[in-house]
Amino acid sequence: MPAVKIKRASSSVDMTAMCDVAFLLLTFFILTAQFRSQDAAAIETPSSISGIKVPDNDIMTIGLGRDGKVYFGTDNQNTRIATLENVAAEKGLSFTNAEKKEFSLLSNFGLPINQLKSYLNLPKEQQAKVKQSGIPTDSTGAGANNELKSWVYNARKANNKLRIALKGDNLAKFPEFKNVLATLQAQNINKFNLITGTEAPPAGWTADK
Amino acid sequence: MSEINTGGGGGKHDGGKVRSKKASTRVDMTPMVDLGFLLITFFILATTLSKPSSMTLNVPDKTEKVETEPIKASNVMTVFLGKDNKAYYIFGKAANEDPEVKTVGYGYEFRQALLENAKKVGGDKFVVVIKPTKESTYKNMVDVLDEMAITKLKRYALVDELTDSEKALLKDKAKLNI
Repeated sequence: MPAVKIKRASSSVDMTAMCDVAFLLLTFFILTAQFRSQDAAAIETPSSISGIKVPDNDIMTIGLGRDGKVYFGTDNQNTRIATLENVAAEKGLSFTNAEKKEFSLLSNFGLPINQLKSYLNLPKEQQAKVKQSGIPTDSTGAGANNELKSWVYNARKANNKLRIALKGDNLAKFPEFKNVLATLQAQNINKFNLITGTEAPPAGWTADK
Repeated sequence: MSEINTGGGGGKHDGGKVRSKKASTRVDMTPMVDLGFLLITFFILATTLSKPSSMTLNVPDKTEKVETEPIKASNVMTVFLGKDNKAYYIFGKAANEDPEVKTVGYGYEFRQALLENAKKVGGDKFVVVIKPTKESTYKNMVDVLDEMAITKLKRYALVDELTDSEKALLKDKAKLNI
């Protein structure tokens, strides 16, 4: 009787199927990817149970940092350039095409308009190091030094479909929020979104429609 | 690991015909899979996965004056947002009628107080007036607005001016200098 031979399984695995899956997933992720944009300041938003998603397009974001600094940004590069041109015309400033191009790459910023030009001329790595001082606002919302007012106004002029989202930090104090609110109300903007994180509603809670 | 077949596929036999060397059709996929998963990992990490949600806030038009009938103080709960994540509220009385000031934290405690008072008034006559003070943070305000959404109280107002009697009351009862 011959010795029973143990059948040896081949140590090589066919990788083709695994490769197929890997690249299928890869394709999916590439197509659905939306890259995280570089923000002027880290803002940690409070969370709410609201399930409304922030729209992707036609949105203007006003950020409120933890130290009360105000940041401003729009979603579209063309809108950004048009906004900058409008603001420049209003303030009697001029920007070169290179500066406009540079500005269109900023997802948001928090600088007074008179510091913007020198900021845009800095190389990329130095821009990140600049301490942004925030866009000036005031409590009445219509003062001469309120620059947020002109940014909001001119962005809406550039794209009248813009919706407004407010993104405030957990630790931002109420008076600064009030200034932003006053600026918007002074322009008769009475409806806007507050960007929040998502948290689960308490057990048994259902949204009523 | 997987094999790469070289050699053995032909070669010159002594005195035989010259056969063309047959390359194996199997390709080693391992590096390709490695690369694929590396890229997947990158894209997963670079994608913003959870999109933030948003709550809508409607504020009354400042230019438009709508005459509304005055609300009875007995139906009103006024919430003051103080510092260190504490809220103070008075219920049923106006600030100059020496009401009792109660202190609550945000969250469950606050929700219970809201529901209790809403039950006392009954119906939809219950009105909540939210008054953030300058000591309160943005988070406090969002938390309170969120509680309004949770308790489904529709009648609330966000008011940012404190009257003198309210300031005096808070200073007296809650040791809050505003």
